[in-house]
Amino acid sequence: MSPELIRLILEATLDTLAMVAAAAGIGGLVGLPLGVFLATSGPGELFAVPWLNRALGFLVNVTRSTPFIILVVAIIPFTRLIAGTSIGTGAAIVPLTVAAIPFIARIVEGAIREVDGGLVEAARAFGATPLQIALKVLLPEALPAIVLGLTLSIVSLTGFSAMVGAVGGGGLGDLGIRYGYQRFMPEVMAAVVVILVLIVQLVQTLGDGLARRLNRRIRRA
Amino acid sequence: MNAPFPHAMLAAETDPPLIRFEGVTKTFSAGPAPVTALDGVDLDVRPGSIVGVIGRSGAGKSTLIRLVNGLERPSAGRVIVDGREIQGLDEAALREARRSIGMIFQHFNLLSSRTAADNVALPLELAGIGRAAARARVAELLDLVGLSDKADRYPAELSGGQKQRVGIARALATNPKVLLSDEATSALDPETTRSILDLLARINRELGLTILLITHEMAVIRGVAHEVAVLASGRIVEAGPVFDVFSTPRHPLTRAFLAGEPGFALPPAIAGRLVPEPVENGQTVIRVVFRGAHATEPVLARLARDEAIEANILAGTVDEIAGRPFGVLVVAIPSGAETAQALGFFARHSLTAEVVGHVA
Repeated sequence: MSPELIRLILEATLDTLAMVAAAAGIGGLVGLPLGVFLATSGPGELFAVPWLNRALGFLVNVTRSTPFIILVVAIIPFTRLIAGTSIGTGAAIVPLTVAAIPFIARIVEGAIREVDGGLVEAARAFGATPLQIALKVLLPEALPAIVLGLTLSIVSLTGFSAMVGAVGGGGLGDLGIRYGYQRFMPEVMAAVVVILVLIVQLVQTLGDGLARRLNRRIRRA
Repeated sequence: MNAPFPHAMLAAETDPPLIRFEGVTKTFSAGPAPVTALDGVDLDVRPGSIVGVIGRSGAGKSTLIRLVNGLERPSAGRVIVDGREIQGLDEAALREARRSIGMIFQHFNLLSSRTAADNVALPLELAGIGRAAARARVAELLDLVGLSDKADRYPAELSGGQKQRVGIARALATNPKVLLSDEATSALDPETTRSILDLLARINRELGLTILLITHEMAVIRGVAHEVAVLASGRIVEAGPVFDVFSTPRHPLTRAFLAGEPGFALPPAIAGRLVPEPVENGQTVIRVVFRGAHATEPVLARLARDEAIEANILAGTVDEIAGRPFGVLVVAIPSGAETAQALGFFARHSLTAEVVGHVA
């Protein structure tokens, strides 16, 4: 493999990492509170605003049911508005983030809903405000599940990021398609796949380890 | 309105009740048909007492106890705790009131992400008490429940009994006047149940804490309560001092609960042969309840000596209830004239005796 190719692969790897990190970071910042709100704003719940809960739930479902490649194209005007352009690695972060937010929100919602209702009742019985219940009970108790969910989100985003070549985004997926497939360079394709596998393995291992450290439900010596 | 005993039984007391239910009704409208969980409940809990409410599942016990700290609101009637009408409070005032009402739960409801000490600290944090003050209080509380050495353990590393001790310490953190116990021992084995009940009794004695507990086990009532109310289909069907209810149960449900208690249960071989009418040359089964001083008298020996009636003991127990000696004997004596004679003899000795049935 020529030094030129190695440089390309290195660059694409960094592009992928940057896109996934930015989308996961922003997606987490928005998705986490959104997920908490989705889990606590239904009828009779802590922050009951049923109409908003339904509206946000619908929006999340629409985004999640749109195939990512179509989402990328469909929101080009929005991407241009945010990033100033609809082409390139930077611009690709926008659709990735838009896909990440509802994904993370649903995962956080699920994790929060898994928290034993008895704990919420106990906190209420001790005079906790709804905000205190969310911050001191729901989030800490759901944290291991949230970490696992975020890990899953990052892995999925890594997969999604391979599609942004369609709008001129860079990254490993784009490299694999252009060199490995269109220029018949199987060694580039192989390198791309190996690097993606390594990234996913690393993320999953780190996420599992962190979740295990945080999970106090397991008895350990 | 319900039968008059809850208020009547406390008529001689001068202290105003710490908890008072007045004509409390609670209807849940969720689902196709509204469900009445409580139906005109009157109940007083005196300061410093331990009152147990016993009922089968679905009787309304959980609803009753949740009305005290406003986790549920009554559909009608009043719930007054320490002079405050709970049902009238807004959320902020309710949160404030809850800080003087501790609660423990069947499944402990400890945060798995916090150590024992941090669980106990939770109500203090919620009340905005500073870390240093909270730490001292937590140490004191863990010492009270005998878990000082487990302060840094997570709930997953504790046994059921230890978890409930942490629950009790947490419930006491803000120095409440009332402790609500929601089936606190129902998930524990008998031995651990005993130790938790002993702890509750000690807290009641030493801190003067008023305890309202709900349970489906008569053993819990016998073990710790001073007064008992029997709840059936949302109504209190019998209430009074535990000793009186145990020695002279009036309602069929109370008798049903007592049937599982030692001394009350008949051996299966006898129970299966019981008939309602006397049988010629058969035997009559009588349950005799010994109360107070009589519990230690050799009554059956006297029955044999004075009346020449030989009683065959089928089941029995001698125990202490609410600190007073209490015994139950189930005996069989020949049917006919001897039955009336024996019942007269028991009556003269101030013993409660009732015919349970007859066997051939």
